[in-house]
Amino acid sequence: MKLGFYPGCSLNGTAREYNESVKALAPVFGIELIDIDDWNCCGASAAHAVNRDLSLALPARTLALAEKQGFDEIVVPCAACFNRLAVAQYELNKDEMLKKSVEKSIDMTFNNDIKILNVVQFIDKYIKDKILEKISHKFEHQVACYYGCLLVRPNKIIDFDRVEDPTSLDELMQLIGATPIDWGFKTECCGASLSIARTDLVAKLSGNIVKDAADRGAEAIIVACPMCHSNLDMRRPQIDEYVGEKISTPVIYITQAIGLAVGIAPEKLGLQRHFVKVNTL
Amino acid sequence: MATNHQISTRIKAATGVDIAMCYQCGKCTAGCVLAGDMDYPSSMIMRMLQTNDEENYRKIISSEAIWLCQNCENCIGRCPKEVDIPKVMDYLRADSVKNKCVSPKAKPILSFYQSFLGAVKTSGRLSEVFMTIGFKLRTLRLWQDINLVPSMLAKGKLKFIPESIKGKRNLKNIFKSTNNK
Repeated sequence: MKLGFYPGCSLNGTAREYNESVKALAPVFGIELIDIDDWNCCGASAAHAVNRDLSLALPARTLALAEKQGFDEIVVPCAACFNRLAVAQYELNKDEMLKKSVEKSIDMTFNNDIKILNVVQFIDKYIKDKILEKISHKFEHQVACYYGCLLVRPNKIIDFDRVEDPTSLDELMQLIGATPIDWGFKTECCGASLSIARTDLVAKLSGNIVKDAADRGAEAIIVACPMCHSNLDMRRPQIDEYVGEKISTPVIYITQAIGLAVGIAPEKLGLQRHFVKVNTL
Repeated sequence: MATNHQISTRIKAATGVDIAMCYQCGKCTAGCVLAGDMDYPSSMIMRMLQTNDEENYRKIISSEAIWLCQNCENCIGRCPKEVDIPKVMDYLRADSVKNKCVSPKAKPILSFYQSFLGAVKTSGRLSEVFMTIGFKLRTLRLWQDINLVPSMLAKGKLKFIPESIKGKRNLKNIFKSTNNK
């Protein structure tokens, strides 16, 4: 089974362990992920904030390239990239004039009907059924599944899971032996791209998330977005300062958790690359 | 603000969002994780836009709030009328830049976006290293996060040679054709 793959910029840089874990997990289930040739940045949180046309044209170029390379489906693990690609597809399908002007910008025409899968949709569709037979090390820990904003919202466009109390990550974690906890911050924003310009606000928002998870007994926080990950993990010193205590709960990607359960070596999943040590799992 | 149309008409034309749909229930503000840090919370922004008063509009596009908003989409998720506030925020931010009235308090946030897009414009993919350097030069926060460098290096997370796409000409055209529209 071959699928198109859009890593996005974070997965090729500071979130390389997310890339490593997705790429390590896929072949275990007989899936080959092929990078979309010459993909470009989706514009992420920056483009839409200052230039709408640019925020549609950047993802459109990648969608058009993927289509030309013959992919029917592409996997987009980064929740922010996934959101931008899905929003661009929706907006352009809704407005023929807009699509024409974007096609002119990117100098390509395209059908704009490729299926875009986030990491959970990818796992649900191609991996979930086969997980039980592959489990060698049950992941027997209490976990807080953190969805963040962009995996489930805007619900009208993304049409995935429940917008207020999503359960897809919880179900996957349960399947590999974990006990997902009930908690209040499943979909609260971590502060996203304010990480550099307003670290103080990220410390507060991410601090509230990490503290609630830790207070309710989570041994790990499970994420599916590199931006959430870096805010909850790399910004831990600022979080600790904000909440007034040292919280050692690690933050790991869903693909790392499943990877561990099916027996992939921790180094291959990039677990050593986190700032908050993962030595209790 | 170049046209003579009313504020709500301009917003509707550019975004498709009908500001009048908001009936001030306040759910957007109640659910906004940053409302407490904003000079005008989202429901108040909606109300001020509804007045179609240019003075109010000026206050909004000069506010810090529109830049603090991260488009987490919680507001639209909970809005009983599905008013697309994040889309309006995108419009307000762009108009704030166009009218040169970005709140001084929000300048670092805009600098971040500009550094981000500057790095993407150069090579087609974001180099986190070059974006950070661009941000430091724009804001003169030269020493910020410098303590992270050794551990990021040890974890293999810093890439000093930016990745470049082949379709540079294509990319140049995208930036050129979408600029200042």
